[in-house]
Amino acid sequence: MAERVEPSTAVSVSGLFKRYGPRTAVAGIDLDVGVGEAFALLGPNGAGKTTTVNVCTTRSLPSGGRVRVAGWDVASQGVRVRRDIGVVTQHNTLDRSCSVEQNLYLHCRLFGMGHRSARTRTVELLETFRLASRARVDPTRLSGGMVQRLQIARAIAHRPRVLFLDEPTTGLDPQSRLSLWEQIDLLRREGTSVLLTTHHMEEAERLCDRVAIMDHGRVLVCGTPDALKRECGVDTVVALTLADPSAVPAARLSALAHVRSVDTVEGGYRIGTTAGQAHVAQIVTAALDGTILHLSVTEPTLETVFITLTGRELRD
Amino acid sequence: MTRSSVPTVPAQNQPTTTAAHVPDGPQGVGLGPLQLRSFLALLLRDLTVLRRNVPEFALRTLLQPVLFSFVFAYLFPRIGQGLSSQANFADVLVPGLVAVTAVFCGVSTVSLPLAIEFGATREIEDRIMAPVPGWAIATEKIVFGAVQSLAAGLLVLPACVLTSATPVNVEVRDPALLVVVALLACWISGALGLVVGTVVEPKRMGLAFSTLIVPLTFFGCVYYPWQALTPLPWLKVAVLANPVVYLSEGLRAALTPSVPHMSTAAYLGAGTAFATAMTVLGLRLFQRRVRL
Ligand SMILES: Nc1ncnc2c1ncn2[C@@H]1O[C@H](COP(=O)(O)OP(=O)(O)OP(=O)(O)O)[C@@H](O)[C@H]1O
Ligand SMILES: [Mg+2]
Repeated sequence: MAERVEPSTAVSVSGLFKRYGPRTAVAGIDLDVGVGEAFALLGPNGAGKTTTVNVCTTRSLPSGGRVRVAGWDVASQGVRVRRDIGVVTQHNTLDRSCSVEQNLYLHCRLFGMGHRSARTRTVELLETFRLASRARVDPTRLSGGMVQRLQIARAIAHRPRVLFLDEPTTGLDPQSRLSLWEQIDLLRREGTSVLLTTHHMEEAERLCDRVAIMDHGRVLVCGTPDALKRECGVDTVVALTLADPSAVPAARLSALAHVRSVDTVEGGYRIGTTAGQAHVAQIVTAALDGTILHLSVTEPTLETVFITLTGRELRD
Repeated sequence: MTRSSVPTVPAQNQPTTTAAHVPDGPQGVGLGPLQLRSFLALLLRDLTVLRRNVPEFALRTLLQPVLFSFVFAYLFPRIGQGLSSQANFADVLVPGLVAVTAVFCGVSTVSLPLAIEFGATREIEDRIMAPVPGWAIATEKIVFGAVQSLAAGLLVLPACVLTSATPVNVEVRDPALLVVVALLACWISGALGLVVGTVVEPKRMGLAFSTLIVPLTFFGCVYYPWQALTPLPWLKVAVLANPVVYLSEGLRAALTPSVPHMSTAAYLGAGTAFATAMTVLGLRLFQRRVRL
């Protein structure tokens, strides 16, 4: 039962169930993250992303199914799993009683490094994550972006094989987000496998080889961002902002040829079509009654995929 | 359960960690050398934090007992106050004060930070990612509480002896007994701290302490030997639920044996039983709280 499978996958989830009392947070999911791969779990609030990550990182025990991380079984070999992973939780879990530098140093010691190598590694990380000037302050005095950088620096300090990032860039300004993305790119080049969760499509597309879209504890689809966009059938997205949306019933738009999805958004509609830009004109004609204030024609994004699958927006 | 399948892709850059595949986690007992290093690193972390707060620690530890000792063993004899009319009152008081101070220092320094880590800051979520079994993380808390409890005792004993106006007849007849009683006091403090820190929410901590400290101190045979309760048989039995009693009595036996005290078997037996119970309870509660 407790054998290690030499990992061909960094994370392997099969038939995972997780119940909290009567509530099912994860309702039977299967996922594989390859060694060296970056994988995103995308989904709205309450989809079960954190729960899945918690099981993978041994924070929670699965109610059913099997999860292996770096070849170890999370239920019976928790310590070995923890030795091989780095974790950044959704919340700031930095040690408030220790300085920035001590956070890193003590983490290195915790994972078995001696005093000297822990010191060296700390200095190295402070440089890489541009925290050297803040080495001696308490983490409570860092900005949000710095907190996140420090959390990632700490999580990778012991050179884990698999890194888990639960919404690493939520609440960051675009600049901090970009700089974090660069750090994550860097780690990937060193061969670290990454499983991250996010609400942010662009992040998933930009960072990850493959994406799984989750909702209500299930994986709806899984694949490369390009494949998902192809598979959802929509190739053009027309966004309409109308002065009077009520003058244009959604049913009228859905009835048009080549229209695959009509999504009501604030002040208008977002329409997915399958016929390229050739049929934008018919949509415009159909919507004239509502007085068009703004019109945009774009390629589908992962958000389109999600809306097509669920009829809901990802950020709710 | 079926055996795991053979890997399809041979791993190239992975170290072949084969050999013994002993399951760890909940069922594993004992720490390997790597895990022991991690355990010591957890202690190092707590000691690092403690070092930053040495003056605070000393103040918190010393203030109360030294004031007590000053009022009861210095002031009262000077102004002819009743309690201290007993010739050897300081001999009764000093071991009691050391016991109660050590216990509360151990309990509060473990439980308060732990409750905050569980609640407000959620730092516990990082701490439990340590590569050791969950019980080891909880055990480290007990050990650290014990260390602080010992430090408090070592600080408070000379301070009380010095403040007392009447000489304290400290007489260590059996050093081994003193060591055993001290260890027991430390263990009880750490384990009690773990239980309190795991059960009580941070915002209730003030309430918990004020409702716990006063009865445990007043009914902990701190200011009187247990034997003095003989006129009140019901109370004499009731206070036995209080672990501070065994430590006060134990320290009297070890430090000021001229004061009447319980038999060695009684305080060591009951104290050990209490410590064991608190440890088991604390580890259980901790595990239940950290693994969702
Ligand atoms: N410890 C818990 N006890 C009870 N229910 C829980 C617990 N943790 C999560 N849940 C429930 O499980 C479901 C999934 O939650 P989860 O935190 O995994 O979602 P999420 O996808 O991470 O959402 P978010 O984007 O808001 O972080 C939710 O309905 C949540 O209420
Ligand atoms: Mg979450």
